[in-house]
Amino acid sequence: MSSTLALQIGTVAQRSVLRTLRQPAMVVPALLFPMLLLAINAGGLDSATGLPGFPTDSYLTFALALTFLQGTMFAAMSAGTNVATDIETGFFNRLSLTPLRRVALLVGQLSGVIVLALIQATTFLVVGLTAGAGLEAGPLGIPVIVAISLLSTLGFGSLGALVALRTGSGETVQGLFPLMFAALFLSSMALPRNLIEIDWFRTVATWNPVSYMLEGIRSVLIDGWNGEALALGFLTSGGLAALALAAASSALRTRMARE
Amino acid sequence: MTARGFRSVVLGVAWRNLHGFFTNPALFLPAMIFPLFFFTAFAGGLSRIESVPGFHFPPGYTAFEYAFVLLQASAFGGVFTGFAVARDFESGFARRMLMAAPRRRALIAGYAVSGLVRALFTISVVTTVAFLAGMKLHGAGIELVGLYTLALLVNFSAVLFGTGVAMRLRTFQAAPAMQVPVFLTLFLAPVYVPLGLLGGWVHTAATVNPITVVLDAERGFIAGDPVKAGLAFALLAGIGALFVFWALRSLRSAERATA
Amino acid sequence: MNDRTAAAIEAEGLVRVFKKGPRAVDGIDLQVAPGEVYGFLGPNGAGKSTTVHMLTTLLPPTDGTARVAGFDILSDGAQVRTAIGAALQEAALDPFLTGREHMRFQAALHGLPRELRRQRGDDLLERLGLTDAADRKVGGYSGGMKRRLDLALALVHEPSILFLDEPTTGLDPQSRTALWEEVQRLVADRGVTVFLTTQYLEEADVLARRIGIIDHGQIVAEGTPNALKAQIGRPSVEAIPAEPDDLGRVIAVLERFGQPVPGTPRGTTVRLSGDDASLADVVRALDAEELQVEHLQLHQPTLNDVFLAQTGRSLEGARQDEHAREEAQRAAAA
Repeated sequence: MSSTLALQIGTVAQRSVLRTLRQPAMVVPALLFPMLLLAINAGGLDSATGLPGFPTDSYLTFALALTFLQGTMFAAMSAGTNVATDIETGFFNRLSLTPLRRVALLVGQLSGVIVLALIQATTFLVVGLTAGAGLEAGPLGIPVIVAISLLSTLGFGSLGALVALRTGSGETVQGLFPLMFAALFLSSMALPRNLIEIDWFRTVATWNPVSYMLEGIRSVLIDGWNGEALALGFLTSGGLAALALAAASSALRTRMARE
Repeated sequence: MTARGFRSVVLGVAWRNLHGFFTNPALFLPAMIFPLFFFTAFAGGLSRIESVPGFHFPPGYTAFEYAFVLLQASAFGGVFTGFAVARDFESGFARRMLMAAPRRRALIAGYAVSGLVRALFTISVVTTVAFLAGMKLHGAGIELVGLYTLALLVNFSAVLFGTGVAMRLRTFQAAPAMQVPVFLTLFLAPVYVPLGLLGGWVHTAATVNPITVVLDAERGFIAGDPVKAGLAFALLAGIGALFVFWALRSLRSAERATA
Repeated sequence: MNDRTAAAIEAEGLVRVFKKGPRAVDGIDLQVAPGEVYGFLGPNGAGKSTTVHMLTTLLPPTDGTARVAGFDILSDGAQVRTAIGAALQEAALDPFLTGREHMRFQAALHGLPRELRRQRGDDLLERLGLTDAADRKVGGYSGGMKRRLDLALALVHEPSILFLDEPTTGLDPQSRTALWEEVQRLVADRGVTVFLTTQYLEEADVLARRIGIIDHGQIVAEGTPNALKAQIGRPSVEAIPAEPDDLGRVIAVLERFGQPVPGTPRGTTVRLSGDDASLADVVRALDAEELQVEHLQLHQPTLNDVFLAQTGRSLEGARQDEHAREEAQRAAAA
């Protein structure tokens, strides 16, 4: 990478991180809300561990994976909203008038939510493990969880940026939230897929890539080293990141309407 | 001011609010989508919970969750009405209404009426979907009247709570102040399983949470075996009265600020 | 700057058509010499900002060509952007960054070395009176401060050409004057070429050496302010009768001295024709008819008159300027 490109990415990233962390209204719910839900669900659904075939006797351990994915949803909204705000206020035009390269603009803009995701992942791990969640893979499982989490964040964040770049509207980005909500709920977030009774629900959850991101993280917490689950977790999160980043890059090219 | 004048203000405020709700997808869709999501995810994804030892609810898990979703739709319907009040203050439209209405309590009544109509609409949609999903209600006519009256009383309290918060803070930034307490109140209750199957601190919180009584009463009506109905109505009457007082005091606060 | 041409900015047949929309710019030809302040004057929706967006490479033209600093806006966009600075219609600032952070950010994006970023940023902040507020988040700045910061950001890489798109809209008179002074200083001290769009007549009159008047996407008149006004020629006389019922007779008297000009509620305005007609003559004629007037004024031609003559309409900025003048007169009389 040339030094100019690195400087550009660093400059845009610095701004992105600063403006994300300077918005408590964005950061605090992104940290608190998933943990609150974790606490509620761990208590509310603990009896589910009594179901034959439930993979663990701790619903807290089972549900911990969900907190990371909830964090990525917040990331998508945050990234999209920030890009849309830049477009709506004209700050995007300001950036377009500099020698800034497209790749630097996109990667830099997403850096803020990546940092937020890192803070989230660290916090959730510390809180979850302190509260008694298991980590069957041991300490080496931590970077794996963080990696899947960050890849998912990059993917969903790029989706948010894609919508913002295509529409230039913060309101439309907000409209993503119900879709992400649906993606999360129609997955194996509450029960393992093999214990979902309703056929159509189980089918949707099987086709839903979010299920595999959840199961990849969950496998580290419950099973230890489950190659298949990990492979699918990385494939879906990495695949989403690659596709969404490419689509966002294309949308950025159109928005800048230059070469 | 005559009773007719009071009524015309109430109807005017209600009409305006309802018109905005039904003609603006950004307002209408979340109010419809979220209860349906919860219903689909909980009743669909968690139906296996029926097999948990100690779970006993003759009408089935779909009906068990329907009771919660009914409450959730009613309560959040009230919160969304509070959002509308906050938007009115932020845009300055509330000042126009405060200046025009001779008896300003009519404004609160108008918001309450619009909240009620919105709740009725949402409940109808959710109920239709629930029946299509195969829900069975064992309760007879009077029990079903009791069921929906409880839901509407919850909505009434939530509208007054939200309206009061909006009138005191007079900005849309007040949204979390309305959402978070309602969310916590709803979810620190037997959402997924009966009270006896809850674990840990959630069990303790649910034991003292008045919503637990209301949920139990609703489920009793659904099962055709009313339980705690009198207590539920008494609690909601008391809470409702409290929030009437809260809303009226908040109105005074808003009047002083906009004088 | 590329030596192939002497013009700092030149456009030939520039057109921009939006999808399912109007021809926002409909064949603009213009040339701006280096070191010149060129004013682009027109009402809202005339095509001013669209023209600026094309010249600054933010929007490709549908047809036509343009060169800025000698570089083609389509094929040499990167070189154009290196040579220009722009303060566009929206101040376009990040409310979560401080003024100083904005300067460092912009300087870094333009590739300035680290030490120079700091120095240039601080110098510009001082020049534009923002040193005290430099470490406060921009979200708390006033409108005037935001505009000044916007200008500072446009200057951080010392461009030879500056685009200012309605830079003083929404500012109070003091802030507006301060910004004008800064622009004049830039031109005098550094020889910066300025392309300024505005809907304010006074702004164009004060700042611009040459003005292009744009309406419905086309330049309808171009020249120095004095030359444009001289095209209109003679001054006009405005009269408002003391008795509304006398309006018809007042109109008849005034029309003996020139052509009526629209746009005077409760009264009439005529453009004096012939070399000899004067205000004194009009007064004598009104006296002879025993007509009393509440208001009688001689107007020298304005840029609004130029616009009116070309298009049959007033410039919106003219109405605002005039309204402000009337308010000031009423206040003085009170």
